[in-house]
Amino acid sequence: MRFELTPRTNSPTVMRIFASVAAFITAFLIAGFVIWLMGRSPIAAFDVYVLQPLSDPWSLQELLVKATPMALIAIGLSYCFRANLWNIGAEGQYVIGAVLGGWLALRTHGTDAGAWLLPLMVLLGIIGGALWGLIPAFLKTRFGVNEILTSLMLVYVAQLILDYLVRGPWRDPKGFNFPQSVTFDPSATLHPILEGGRVHYGAVFAGIAVLVTVIVLGRTLFGYRLKLTGDAPRAARFAGFNSKATTLAVFAISGGLAGLAGISEVSGQIGQLQPSISPGYGFTAITVAFLGRLNPIGILVASLVVALTFIGGESAQIMLKLPLDLTQAFQGILLLCVLAADAMVSYRIRFVTRGGGR
Amino acid sequence: MTTFEAILLTIVTASTPLLIAALGELVTERSGVLNLGVEGMMVMGAACSFAAAVTFDSTLIGVVAGMLAGALMAALFALLVLGFAANQTGSGLALTILGLGLSGLIGAPFVGARRDPVAPIDIPGLSDIPVIGRLFFEQDLFVYASIVLTILVGLYLMRTRSGLTLRSIGENHTSANALGLPVWRVRFWAILFGGACAGLAGAYLALVYTRFWSPGMTAGRGWIALALVVFAAWRPGWVLVGAYIFGAATVLQLHAQAAQFGVPSQVLSAVPYLATILALLLLSIRHGRAIGAPGSLGVPFVPDR
Repeated sequence: MRFELTPRTNSPTVMRIFASVAAFITAFLIAGFVIWLMGRSPIAAFDVYVLQPLSDPWSLQELLVKATPMALIAIGLSYCFRANLWNIGAEGQYVIGAVLGGWLALRTHGTDAGAWLLPLMVLLGIIGGALWGLIPAFLKTRFGVNEILTSLMLVYVAQLILDYLVRGPWRDPKGFNFPQSVTFDPSATLHPILEGGRVHYGAVFAGIAVLVTVIVLGRTLFGYRLKLTGDAPRAARFAGFNSKATTLAVFAISGGLAGLAGISEVSGQIGQLQPSISPGYGFTAITVAFLGRLNPIGILVASLVVALTFIGGESAQIMLKLPLDLTQAFQGILLLCVLAADAMVSYRIRFVTRGGGR
Repeated sequence: MTTFEAILLTIVTASTPLLIAALGELVTERSGVLNLGVEGMMVMGAACSFAAAVTFDSTLIGVVAGMLAGALMAALFALLVLGFAANQTGSGLALTILGLGLSGLIGAPFVGARRDPVAPIDIPGLSDIPVIGRLFFEQDLFVYASIVLTILVGLYLMRTRSGLTLRSIGENHTSANALGLPVWRVRFWAILFGGACAGLAGAYLALVYTRFWSPGMTAGRGWIALALVVFAAWRPGWVLVGAYIFGAATVLQLHAQAAQFGVPSQVLSAVPYLATILALLLLSIRHGRAIGAPGSLGVPFVPDR
């Protein structure tokens, strides 16, 4: 006996949502099995990973804080992935956004800058990320260089640039030789939305990005162009859509949003530049984008779900002595399950017995 | 041994894992499947080989464990892209994320452990030739194996019937299927071969190159191996050349860091990554689109009925 895949002509939304949920449950079962193999109780782990963060107000705020950068980056990536372009260097664009925006914060440090500072920092963050994202896009459109490899290589380069800056010229002279910049002035800090809360205005940016994307994808020619470029590149060319312009545009958008995430995180959450400013948000956002089925609302939900695994992972490390790598392994399993579920939605799987085909 | 000789020797050691991993990926890609999970399979190979080698105090068992780990990861990938016709790019990325996480779990108890160096094989007489003697005739077994593997992969692809089948499936899976060629079976084995090679490359890193385990120790080498395949235009001989160029770039930047030219170390650390981009760029400028790419590369195979 073997099985055959037949493309489905239509796949209802309910089924797509169900597939994501099913993928998530499967991933949990597999992760539980891995934890059991490690000689720990999967039930206790589930409690620490999922139930406790969801029942604690502090963790709920933390959930939003962690979901913010991932939602921003994943929304950007969804533009690329929809057009069948593979920007996997969002982590680098995030870093460069933080570097360029952070540069202004350090430049104006101690000068009592006005209210113009923050908007300008955010703008520089977006520009920095977009420019870094445009490098692989330009190399692709101008010379035909594979964007997957170049965008990834630039992640390492971006991290090394940040590393150089915070250990060298941007190091806090009074920082006891720690590789970190001075702490940003209050005028260069994204404030919490609620007084005394943890959730900063980056969450608002993420909300805006979601809304704008809903409109762009559903209501504009650009949204249609993306879909067509991704699904039927030949048809898109016949329709007169310039694929090079699309490539540059989606890389600028996704780079810009990753840069926005970077500067928001540095200014709203970390408060200074240091060698490591991300636990891999740029890569995890790929999982988030797929888990959210490249749909803006879906991505918003997915970013919260994946943020939960980060927070759960941190408390599991403290409470159950489960290594943090488990979180990353889980995210890998989750992405695999989502892709498999995707196939279930796109294809009808039929089991064929030998001799009796139809 | 002079410094110059020492540098040349380390270049060989740095190049070998790139060469092995890239050869495996080359075969996978020639069958029409793009597996972006090399980094994940490689790091799993490194973790599992080191864990097994320390546990059983045997390099051989370590190497076998590394190859099995790589092949097992590849089998998971094969299940997705062949069984479910899932998106290959996404599945490869997932494999890398999973590998980086899982290897951390497996390697955690072995952080801090060390392995003794693997004894080089001295070919009597020949290894006494100045400079090139030690370079070519006093290396560890893996180095010789990687060269032999290059030749074998080249012969297999270009001189055997089975290699021709594999290439034609990679070039056009629809036609190959219509001719009755076993698309799925060939691709399955090609993916598994790629995984075993990536695992072996990881084992080499952990057991010979560094001789310890640290999380994420592959440091992008899997991705560089992927770039090498493109750089080599999917030809094994050029993979060998490319791997040695990149190995040299890596080692020379390390020596340059030690020599302290006044250039920030981070600039030099960026050299292998920038060199990869530059190599891909030069190749594209010379040949236009990526030449030699198999026609069906990365396209999910769903047979017409």
